Amino acid sequence: MEKLCNSVVEKIRAICDKFGNKPGELINILHESQHTVGYLPMEVQAIIAEKLHIPVSRVYGVVTFYTFFTMVPKGKHPVSVCLGTACYVRGAEKILEEFKRTLGIDVGETTEDGRFSLDCLRCVGACGLAPVAMVGEKVYGHLNPADIKKIIKDFSQD
Amino acid sequence: MKQNISLIIDNHKVVVPEGTTILDAAKSIGIVIPTLCHMNLKGTCADNHPASCRVCVVEVKGRRNLAPACSTACTEGMEVKTSSIRVIRARKTVIELMLSDHPNECLTCPKSGKCELQAVTQHLAINETPYAGELSLRKKEMTASIVRNMDKCIYCRRCETMCNVYQTVGALGAVGRGFNTTIAPSFNRNLKDTDCTYCGQCVAVCPVGALTERTYTDQLIDDLENPEKTVIVQTAPAVRVALGEEFGNAPGSIVTGKLVAALKDLGFDYVFDTDFSADATIMEEGSELLERLTKFLKGDKSVPIPLMTSCCPAWVNFYEHNFPDLLQYPSTARSPQQMFGAIAKNYWAEKMNIPREKLVVVSVMPCLAKKFECQRPEFATNGNPDVDYSITTRELATLIRRSNINFETLPHMEFDNPLGESTGAAAIFGSTGGVLEAALRTAYELHTGKPLPKIDFTEVRGIDSLRTATIDFDGFALNVAIAYGLGNARKLMEEIRAGKCKYHVIEIMACPGGCIGGGGQPLHHGDFEIIKARQKAIYEEDKNMPLRKSHENKSIIEMYEKYFGKPLSEKAHALLHTHYSDKTIKY
Repeated sequence: MEKLCNSVVEKIRAICDKFGNKPGELINILHESQHTVGYLPMEVQAIIAEKLHIPVSRVYGVVTFYTFFTMVPKGKHPVSVCLGTACYVRGAEKILEEFKRTLGIDVGETTEDGRFSLDCLRCVGACGLAPVAMVGEKVYGHLNPADIKKIIKDFSQD
Repeated sequence: MKQNISLIIDNHKVVVPEGTTILDAAKSIGIVIPTLCHMNLKGTCADNHPASCRVCVVEVKGRRNLAPACSTACTEGMEVKTSSIRVIRARKTVIELMLSDHPNECLTCPKSGKCELQAVTQHLAINETPYAGELSLRKKEMTASIVRNMDKCIYCRRCETMCNVYQTVGALGAVGRGFNTTIAPSFNRNLKDTDCTYCGQCVAVCPVGALTERTYTDQLIDDLENPEKTVIVQTAPAVRVALGEEFGNAPGSIVTGKLVAALKDLGFDYVFDTDFSADATIMEEGSELLERLTKFLKGDKSVPIPLMTSCCPAWVNFYEHNFPDLLQYPSTARSPQQMFGAIAKNYWAEKMNIPREKLVVVSVMPCLAKKFECQRPEFATNGNPDVDYSITTRELATLIRRSNINFETLPHMEFDNPLGESTGAAAIFGSTGGVLEAALRTAYELHTGKPLPKIDFTEVRGIDSLRTATIDFDGFALNVAIAYGLGNARKLMEEIRAGKCKYHVIEIMACPGGCIGGGGQPLHHGDFEIIKARQKAIYEEDKNMPLRKSHENKSIIEMYEKYFGKPLSEKAHALLHTHYSDKTIKY
């Protein structure tokens, strides 16, 4: 795998120090590390384990338990399709399928050019707009599978 | 001072100290509540009670839901029912659901007959599996020592406790979530790419067939049948005090004579003893200790003190992986298993005029890491290993049964010579504290030239997992530490790293109680009393030996006179010593 650059290693170490290197702060440390690096590769987990004096298997266990944490770098434009109850009954599954087909990736993956990644989430609190998807911070409502190609195209410009 | 609590379990009044669980309180009056995930090797940190299997649930009067007995503390006036209809139904459903995601392979499962899930299923008289469900199929893996078949895992997490809490190795952990959960190495790696030491404690506590040892019995049978080959065997000290359990003998039965007879019946050409090479280990390690101490006392600060024992192959793996900066401290002496192999395939083979490639050296060990140790490249000549392979106490029992040998009626036989002669000092290698005591017996007499005032160094004996003592070494106060469990070893290594270690000699064993609690021994099913009984037997065996100091072993004296010259000679270094290297895992 790609080696992390020294400045990133130092940042992760600093995050651990900020939380007192306490094993009880593991989830907070992982949150902040993911925010900083964008994802949680093997090397980041190994650094955290070493700093907290816990086995790397425990770090990896937590990372794989919570769907929020990812070991795959997210795309420049992360796509999240809501699969909450309201969206689901209004056809979110078809929206998700269309994103998969258009981007050529599965849930949890990132396109080869690194522009898009695809995830699911449960409710963004906009049930009146169901079915809903987010691209980055932008929310799209009342979606129809036919809209997907255009959304992707809009983001392909920058 | 803990207060006493009285409660009623199944209409019996029980009085127990505050903090006692319902499970232990029931046990104290002979009521055995079935369990699966629970495990507590009392006196060690191997304590697992996640209350996740829900098999031990009981009914507590006034409580809405059923309580897990393993992790519910008794309270004053509590009324408990351990086998009401409601309890039995709940337990049955729990097991039926487990069976819905369990491969139906009992007939061919290596754990069959010793499986705790099978035992509970029979206890509850479950004769069918009403819930048909999807099976969670996992990657299988076979290493030199351990076989993982996690399709059979019931998520009790005992292995995880042994690997993470007891050994602090961290090779195994829960991965994923929900139905996809599995207990596995990090990053979907194979065990060989982790810090796994192959101690086998995960195997020793697995209630089902998910974690088992790699067996070499079929290869052994082929070799025994081959007229071209001379097949010899060595047996470790801890095997003779545990093998009897496999044949219904009480824990702590000494079956040395029958063990030899069984091995002869199986067709080995010579039945030798690892105790012989344990005596050789003491000659080398004891001399190394004296050499280091002499320099140290003359003010040489560069000499690595403490000297740490190096007999335990899991411990060797542990420091090569975790403490590559401290590799100068462990003794360079090979383990008794490997010394035996080197002596047999060189000194003895030359004497007997047997070509190396026609000689098969097999070991019977209480250990799984020994299997891995056999395959280390530094212990082979032109690809031919010094010890060809190692089988466990359990595998030997299986072989004895399969060969229709009636263990009960076997005569008591003696080991063959010269590699079967041994002293009491070698016998105690099987227990925590034994290697250190054996080394002290020899080092003291070699150093002072005087006979020991008393042979028994009772200060270093015991079953606590971390012990220290100061020994009067002819006027010098020798500080020693004895630890078992790699978690304790880690603490001592960190003291050395921090420059705060005050010991001169440290003995480390990975398994509970030393080799007697090894990963290849008859299963203790969580009962630490069994391991204590084996320890008692080890010291009994020592007491009954005519010679009790390694340097008095006549075959050892002869071997040094005719072959090695003296301990730490050039030839001894080449064949009886080893070197360590940095094996840090990279991420």
